[in-house]
Amino acid sequence: MSTPTPLSGGIPPPPSRSLAQRAPDMLVWGAVIVLLVISFKPVEMSNLGRLFSNSENMRQYGAELLRPDFTNIGLYVSQMWLTVQIAMWGTGLAVLLAIPFGLVCSRNISPPWLQQPMRLLMNLLRSIPDLVIGTFFIVAVGLGPFAGVLALAINTGGVLAKLFSEAVEAIDRGPVEGVRATGAAPLQEVVWAVIPQVAPLWASYALYRFESNSRAATVLGLIGAGGIGQVLFESLNAFAYQELSTIIIVIIVAVSLIDLLSQAMRSRLI
Amino acid sequence: MADAAVLSVRNVSKSFGERRALAGVSLQVARGEMIALIGPSGSGKSTLLRSISGLQAIDPGEGVIEAFGETVQARGKISDKVRQVRARIGFIFQQFNLVGRLTLFTNVVLGALGRLPGWRGVLGLWPADTRAQAMAALARVGVADYAAQRAGTLSGGQQQRAAIARALVQRAEVVLADEPVASLDPVSARRVMETLSELNRDDGLTVVVTLHQVDYALRYCRRVVALKAGLVVYDGPPSGLDRDRLVDIYGPEFEDVFWEGAPQ
Repeated sequence: MSTPTPLSGGIPPPPSRSLAQRAPDMLVWGAVIVLLVISFKPVEMSNLGRLFSNSENMRQYGAELLRPDFTNIGLYVSQMWLTVQIAMWGTGLAVLLAIPFGLVCSRNISPPWLQQPMRLLMNLLRSIPDLVIGTFFIVAVGLGPFAGVLALAINTGGVLAKLFSEAVEAIDRGPVEGVRATGAAPLQEVVWAVIPQVAPLWASYALYRFESNSRAATVLGLIGAGGIGQVLFESLNAFAYQELSTIIIVIIVAVSLIDLLSQAMRSRLI
Repeated sequence: MADAAVLSVRNVSKSFGERRALAGVSLQVARGEMIALIGPSGSGKSTLLRSISGLQAIDPGEGVIEAFGETVQARGKISDKVRQVRARIGFIFQQFNLVGRLTLFTNVVLGALGRLPGWRGVLGLWPADTRAQAMAALARVGVADYAAQRAGTLSGGQQQRAAIARALVQRAEVVLADEPVASLDPVSARRVMETLSELNRDDGLTVVVTLHQVDYALRYCRRVVALKAGLVVYDGPPSGLDRDRLVDIYGPEFEDVFWEGAPQ
């Protein structure tokens, strides 16, 4: 690059980035493209054409889906309710876990010797997908909803502990000192000055996780944790597309209702 | 001894990184005094009050702070018994430091945390007499009508008076007020100063108050302590604070620290 010469009037030239400054960006983009190219074959992207060549199958499948069979609707609704119940207990247990763990993970109120190992533990809980935890609990407690509840509780507990601790780290220190100055014990400071400040945010996070857990609980049914997911899996294996269609409608309606309800509640909280 | 020091600060220093907020401060406060702590911004007033309440540790070294004959902190280490001392000291903050989402009543009843059994304090099981005491304290400072409202919805003056009520529920013997009127309008400020003055006069509370406004220090306090760059540069009656001395403390723009007109 040529050395910049001041223009007349002392105005410097517009900023330009040298090759050395642009190299990291180019490297990153280059790597992304290379990774996509080498992954093309393993994921069988070349089958893209089948989406259109198999159009007869698709049409038949679509036609059956458009004629839902409502004879078993009572069963599906009750199984959907079971799925929501799994989500409720999973989220409820997760909140119970996340309150103490969230507090001990917070940098501003927890000593480093406690907070750092706890953060590692929560990272571990979060990083295991709930499907994996679910299969583990199905082995431990047998097929059924309870395995689903435990799987959601562990995974969501890790996620909520992280979110809860971030809320605690953002509190105003003033009220905490105000309570401390009365001679309060550390636990009393937490109860009276920390929790009142974070309660709306915590409730909002818990509701949001309940929303996503009612979707996750559906998926957990596929591995035998009961509820609507299990019925869906059985219909799919039996090629009962008309029943499948009804199940999908029930799921969409239920999940949308939960989303609407929880969003309305959350918007009132904050 | 009747005039034994209720607060005793001896040779206390405190640094924040390179900056020295307190550079060997000593101060004795007798029971029943009302002392104004003045000085320019950054002179160490707040640091001194916060150190007396053990809200912050002083530098390791010679420094000792005692309250009621008990050690609050010594050689940079806060005493294990600091909570018993804090319970006897009411602390008033510039930003009130009430918990905004709790009601005024709850904020004030928290003053009893230091003397109730721990589990009662954690669960919020306030005894009936404590609750009555909280209402009486709110009534005394004139905000009892707002007891059920969230503290955050009230004006600064109302919140600051509730903070004083909290100190009353503590049955504090000493009130440390850190710029209690700096965030208030002049009318609210005067009410808060009148309340502090009344508690000193009628209830015998010892009050140490840091003030930006020197005229308030002169009007309400019989003893003024001036800090400058972490050192005590004046300790005596308000009458000794003449123009020259104020220029010495605040510099030539010292008129800025008066709300209602500088002397002469």
